[in-house]
Amino acid sequence: MKPVIMETSGLCVNYGRVEAIHNVNIRIREGEIVTVIGPNGAGKTTLLSALMGLLPARGEVKYQGHSTLGAMSVDALVAKGLVLVPEKRELFGSMSVADNLLLGAFARHRRGDRDHAKTMDEVYAIFPRLAERHKQEAGTLSGGERQMLAMGRALMAKPTLLMLDEPSLGLAPLIVKEILRIVVQLKSMGVSILLVEQNARAALQVADYGYVLENGSVAVENEAKALLHDPRVIESYLGLGGSHSIAA
Amino acid sequence: MDAAVALLLAQDGITNGAIYALLSLALVLVFAVTRVIYIPQGEFVAYGALSMAAVNAGFLPPTMWLVVTLGIAVAIVDSVAAIREGAKARLPMVIFKNAVLPILAVIVVRQLPLKDLAYVLQVLIALAFVVPLGPQVYRLAFQPVAEASVLLLLIVAVAVHFVMVGMGLYFFGAEGARIPPFTDGGVTLGPAYVQYQTIWIVGIAALLIAGLALFFEHSIYGKALRATAINRTGARLMGISADLAGKLCFTLSALVGAFSGILIAPITTIYYDTGFLVGLKGFVGAIIGGLVSYPLAAAGAVLVGLLESYSSFYASAYKEVIVFTLIIPVLLYQSLTTKHIDDEEDH
Repeated sequence: MKPVIMETSGLCVNYGRVEAIHNVNIRIREGEIVTVIGPNGAGKTTLLSALMGLLPARGEVKYQGHSTLGAMSVDALVAKGLVLVPEKRELFGSMSVADNLLLGAFARHRRGDRDHAKTMDEVYAIFPRLAERHKQEAGTLSGGERQMLAMGRALMAKPTLLMLDEPSLGLAPLIVKEILRIVVQLKSMGVSILLVEQNARAALQVADYGYVLENGSVAVENEAKALLHDPRVIESYLGLGGSHSIAA
Repeated sequence: MDAAVALLLAQDGITNGAIYALLSLALVLVFAVTRVIYIPQGEFVAYGALSMAAVNAGFLPPTMWLVVTLGIAVAIVDSVAAIREGAKARLPMVIFKNAVLPILAVIVVRQLPLKDLAYVLQVLIALAFVVPLGPQVYRLAFQPVAEASVLLLLIVAVAVHFVMVGMGLYFFGAEGARIPPFTDGGVTLGPAYVQYQTIWIVGIAALLIAGLALFFEHSIYGKALRATAINRTGARLMGISADLAGKLCFTLSALVGAFSGILIAPITTIYYDTGFLVGLKGFVGAIIGGLVSYPLAAAGAVLVGLLESYSSFYASAYKEVIVFTLIIPVLLYQSLTTKHIDDEEDH
């Protein structure tokens, strides 16, 4: 068994008096793609925000063996290689593609790791489109290019665990396929990935392990291949191979 | 008014305008990154000028014990935070940087023959005991409420302003002060006689503005500040902490403010409460730039300087009224034309 890189136990998040996440236990092993699927409003984005330290949460989160809740700030987590690509991308719209990428390496730069030119070449090799547009303002990119830039910027931080929130959202099927191909490529490069998706079939096809989140709790968890054939998952999230076959 | 007077007024206006431009840039920077409307900006002008006057006359920098006291306060607050986060390894650095370093600086400065030092060294000593107040004020007054609304931050800024004016009276006394010009005399340029200090002011202001532009365009820290202003969440996710960005831009604005004070003190008498009006005029310039555009803010500030200079000739009693009335048509124009800018996103 590969070592565990992140683990939550009894994780709960409240918005005021409403509990958005209830008693969630998930585990991500080194070099794996783990996916969290579930309907809109199930708490997927809330879960990622809590793991990143953006929201107050209860329970326990262990990242690389350290308890993080209340103990590690967002920038401390980024410095330790935990990087989130948020659903809204959160790019620096009026700055160039190259500057967006450079700032992805900010945490490394502060630690004295000044080797970002090499990392930027690696990112351009993964996303040639970004190299073509390196001088263009991020705000003028197309939806797919923005997702690529958001992922490229995150890779500049040399993540150990990359968390992707709905990378396929609002993108054309061909681009979704391309993005997921890159996710698999990142895994082969040794990056562990937590992939949150509404596009359940596409996510389960690339993932090693999957959790189904419903109303803030884990309803089902299993090997991704098993989930693809689990009648409960098929009925609720995969349909009969019709409307969700985007990446098939 | 003949041409000679017009030229003299223009010179005066541009000189003051250059100072207002520096202050307006600092105000835009602080607002863009931290959303604080930084009323105490002007106090740094007075503190800088009066500290320089004291050092130049051979006295110790009056605010040195304030820097030490606030430094110890910051060390305590940061130590508590570090212990709570379980990062005890940071403690020695936190205590050294914030508490020990200022005390060492005081010990060193007490040994120096201040009156006989070179002018440049006197400037550096004056700055060394004023500029740290910027990040200290940020850490103690603004960082704990950094996520609050713009209105709350403004109220805190007003409070800091009153405290700093009061302490200014305590540290520097009620008398005003002037310092000798960087270079005595002047030069006749065509029809106008120009004091060397005027050239120093405009030249250094231009250099500082160019330096700030280079910093924001080319250094990773400058880019990080811009990124924080553009998208706070995005910056946070890249490990650019809001605390670091805030501290950095409060340091820059304190440096710009204090240095502006040292620049104008040879041509204007500065009192402990002069800073407020000077800062407000920089603020009018910043408003002309909509609190977001650096070039417009600088241009607006020069316009404020010229308007002030000419109105002091035609209607000196109403000089301030005329300058501050300028803000009304500007605000009217902006509220009619400004479109709300969202974080540019794809859905």
